[in-house]
Amino acid sequence: MTAPLYSLPGSTAAAATPAAPAKPMRTVAEVLAQSQVESVMDELDRDLIGLAPVKTRIRDVAALLVIDKLRAQHGLAAQAPSLHMCFTGNPGTGKTTVALRMAEILHRLGYVRKGHVVSVTRDDLVGQYIGHTAPKTKEVLKKAMGGVLFIDEAYYLYRPENERDYGQEAIEILLQVMENQRDDLVVILAGYKDRMDTFFQSNPGMSSRIAHHLVFPDYDVVELLQIADRMLTSTHYQFGAGAREAFDAYLQRRILQPHFANARSVRNALDRARLRQASRLYADRESALGAEDLSTIAASDILASRVFANIEGNAP
Amino acid sequence: MMTNPTARITQGQFSFLPELTDAEITLQIEYGLKKSYAWSVEYTDDPHPRNTYWEMYGMPMFDLQDAAGVMLELQACRKTFPNHYIRLMAFDSTRGVETITMSFIVNRPASEPGFGLVRQEVNGRSMRYTVHSYATDRAEAQRYGA
Repeated sequence: MTAPLYSLPGSTAAAATPAAPAKPMRTVAEVLAQSQVESVMDELDRDLIGLAPVKTRIRDVAALLVIDKLRAQHGLAAQAPSLHMCFTGNPGTGKTTVALRMAEILHRLGYVRKGHVVSVTRDDLVGQYIGHTAPKTKEVLKKAMGGVLFIDEAYYLYRPENERDYGQEAIEILLQVMENQRDDLVVILAGYKDRMDTFFQSNPGMSSRIAHHLVFPDYDVVELLQIADRMLTSTHYQFGAGAREAFDAYLQRRILQPHFANARSVRNALDRARLRQASRLYADRESALGAEDLSTIAASDILASRVFANIEGNAP
Repeated sequence: MMTNPTARITQGQFSFLPELTDAEITLQIEYGLKKSYAWSVEYTDDPHPRNTYWEMYGMPMFDLQDAAGVMLELQACRKTFPNHYIRLMAFDSTRGVETITMSFIVNRPASEPGFGLVRQEVNGRSMRYTVHSYATDRAEAQRYGA
């Protein structure tokens, strides 16, 4: 680019790119200190329970980006890595939460410029009549530029039962932008494992353009209990005497029932326990309630669940 | 006498400067987005100064975070209308303002024939003057060798 003879206000900032500080960075520690990515990673470790394979992969990606930065200082130009990702996992395994964190990590590392997340589903991308899909998809893509486009339940985009479905058009535009605007946009697809597999089988172009396939494992009971603790603490509640054990027993049973949605089921169970706690306190009109009473979930609140009632087996 | 020897149309911001590069356009867009303006792309082949309303290329882009989205639209417009005037406009939706706050040309035809002065004799010895764009002697879409 030839340098112009005039200067525009603000153009000096761009001439010296933000990735090039006065002193060249030599060590990984310096890059980490500059980007403060370490704190996000620690937060990720602290806030998200379980998900070991996901965390490992995120660390790998972060490491690659850090090393790329160091390489760039030595003029070892590397092609910008493709960071489109696919999150597969059962309901409630934290796909959306991790996507939000991912955007922040990529932003800190300077891989995406703005670090916002645009979360969409099929309805936001696919139009209802001919010629409606392309502008709609493009508008969403333009909004997501400089950040992360998170497509939830991405397998709905492709409907094999209807050959005139407009979803295919959205997929094609998406593919084109994923390929050409790789440094402007990171696309994260999310969905349930089996259906995403079918989706990729019918769209091989999509599968090959996604470098990172992350599988979110189900949580075990210990992890779910930790999640419950975390949720209660954040809403200023606590387990009363025996309540944690009761919730453990609840989870052991609930996990075997159909439609178990991991962390989401935990949240719903806790919400129901809060309802029961509220009506228990409400029923007793005379006693003075302290902060302790108001914030404690008793074992009886949890044991009243229908999971214990329908133990004989005809659980809905 | 040539009043505009470079024969360049000077409308909107930066029009007396050399052509903005794409990097400079990106900076301007970023500036506007930081002020939460909505950018839009417009084109025309009739650059008469009183031709205020150009054709819209797509919808105005609200809720954008990054200049790449606007640049994508601009490149598409340049590809479709390589020999038209294209301008970017920023709309400020602040209540009470609600108007275009930035506007600059980002694409122009290779040669710009400019304007001529047209004299019309009216009652008595009066003269009326108006400005006429040479380009508009041709039909729409045939101007500027397009």
